[in-house]
Amino acid sequence: MTSTGIFALTATSLVGLGLFSVMTNPQPLRKIIAFNVIGNGVFLLFGVVAHRGAAAGLGADPVPQALVITGIVVAFSATALAVALLLRLAKQTPLPTLGTDDGSDGDLA
Amino acid sequence: MALQTQTTPDGYLLILAIMLPVAGILLSLIFGRWVERIALVLLALSFGAAAAVFAAVWQSGRPVIYVVGGWAPPLGIVLRADGLSAAMMMTAAIIICATGAFAKGEFAEPSRQAEARGPLVFWILLLAIWSALNAIAVGNDLFNLYVALELLTFAAVPLVCLKGSAATVRAALRYLLFALLGSILYLLGAVLIYGAYGTLDITLLSGRVGAEAVAAIAAALMTVGLLAKTALFPLHLWLPPAHAGAPAPGSAVLSALVVKGSFFLIVRLWFDAMPGLLTMAAAQLLATLGAAAILFGSVLALRQQRLKLLIAYSTIAQIGYLFFLFPLGVGLAGSDASGAAWTGGWLQLFSHAFAKAAMFMAAGLIAEALGHDRIAEFSGVGRAVPIPIVTFALAGLSLMGVPPSGGFVAKGLLLIAAVRAEQWWWAATILVGGLLAGGYILLVLGKALGSADRPLVLKGSPSRRRELIALTVALAAVVLGLVPLRSSQLLEIGRLSAVGVALR
Repeated sequence: MTSTGIFALTATSLVGLGLFSVMTNPQPLRKIIAFNVIGNGVFLLFGVVAHRGAAAGLGADPVPQALVITGIVVAFSATALAVALLLRLAKQTPLPTLGTDDGSDGDLA
Repeated sequence: MALQTQTTPDGYLLILAIMLPVAGILLSLIFGRWVERIALVLLALSFGAAAAVFAAVWQSGRPVIYVVGGWAPPLGIVLRADGLSAAMMMTAAIIICATGAFAKGEFAEPSRQAEARGPLVFWILLLAIWSALNAIAVGNDLFNLYVALELLTFAAVPLVCLKGSAATVRAALRYLLFALLGSILYLLGAVLIYGAYGTLDITLLSGRVGAEAVAAIAAALMTVGLLAKTALFPLHLWLPPAHAGAPAPGSAVLSALVVKGSFFLIVRLWFDAMPGLLTMAAAQLLATLGAAAILFGSVLALRQQRLKLLIAYSTIAQIGYLFFLFPLGVGLAGSDASGAAWTGGWLQLFSHAFAKAAMFMAAGLIAEALGHDRIAEFSGVGRAVPIPIVTFALAGLSLMGVPPSGGFVAKGLLLIAAVRAEQWWWAATILVGGLLAGGYILLVLGKALGSADRPLVLKGSPSRRRELIALTVALAAVVLGLVPLRSSQLLEIGRLSAVGVALR
């Protein structure tokens, strides 16, 4: 198997594992970490695409590399925002959960 | 079709529309004490930029284009405002400026203090949402649009929990987790597209993408991601607590504009970037989810005890109508009635934006007067605060689809399109949805206009200025009803897929 194939399979597994955890884990912190696992899989896929697109004497296509840096910054800010919200929630309620589905819990107004 | 990749003389307006709100954010961070004044000035300037883009597209009848840095795609990024972008930018401009005027005073800087966090955050987030919406409207590169979409999410989520109570923070966290799932799926789709076609430029993609498996998988991933952000049934769970928990001006912007940003991208994706991929089966699936959203959202709205939650569930239902655009647009492709579906779908978006913004403002004013928003205790409210109730009723016309209102023209056009496309089941859903909307609007009005069994105790009196602003926004939804009942020329300007759709 080529190295591209191995990396592509790893990326796919990361995305799959992450998606599974997002859907099965009720705890918000685990969901946030699972999003980062999916994110890493997607970023690895960018690397695979860059490697496959190597041409014109370059070792890799530079466009996906530029995109992945932006992607990492965005994922980092998203994680920071989510963790900040979770910390805020943890200060106010002992066991932070995502609550009931009908939105009728607590005082929204 | 000649591909335009030259900056047009008025292209700099697009940069202004995106960057003026950003300038306001930066200035506010430095001069936090004057945040409200800075924001109001920058809101006015940005309105000018958006109106100039609208006028330029309207008059010239061609898209406004800006090639960033002079690098043409596939290497560079192009900003492109077609008729749809112009209409979207104008709607966002009017609603955000009205919201700013409505919030003035509620989020004023406290005198004698250094600065307060609430006002600072509110005005910065409002400007950030506007900048992101403009970037989404003019973006022509799938990755650039991803960044704009993330900016929109990051600006919208904190707006939900401005009050800081545990319930609103929980709603914000749940919104963020749905949105993150949406963004990551969108990004996964974008990388697959880049891997297969070597570009992310929508104009270039529209000529390259055919009915290949990789394109179908990418489109499915991106669509599901965007649906989570649009809150289409069954991915709507985050919306009611989030939209009901935000302060009234925040709810107005979230419900009127933010969920529409991701819908806008779904249409860009299917109709502009991948017109060769849009099959009838995929379109019918989207519309089925839309129909489920209409029925489910309306029935749940009928069952709500709180006014703000009722309005939030009504948003879920009204979003459903937007997805009829897909099967009706495909079914009528090439026929003379295809414009009816296209105009009807977009007019539904614009009229719902005005109606819902007005409705949330009215709900905020009613809650301010009563100190609560429990519908069961609304008896006599119509006499105590008449203007917000009239605002609610006028906005309700659009949601029900009763003339004269933008909602009537929109739903009328969709009905005509459904009949012409011989998809009568969507026509039936539109009619049932209108009846259900009538149910939940009249439920509130009937209670509010009834006489009080005991005298109402008012906790506060909303200022006349804010009441009139809410009324003006509701009137804008009514005025949209004066749009003629036929396809709009403006929305057809610069459409990429008009060719592709007609060929099929």
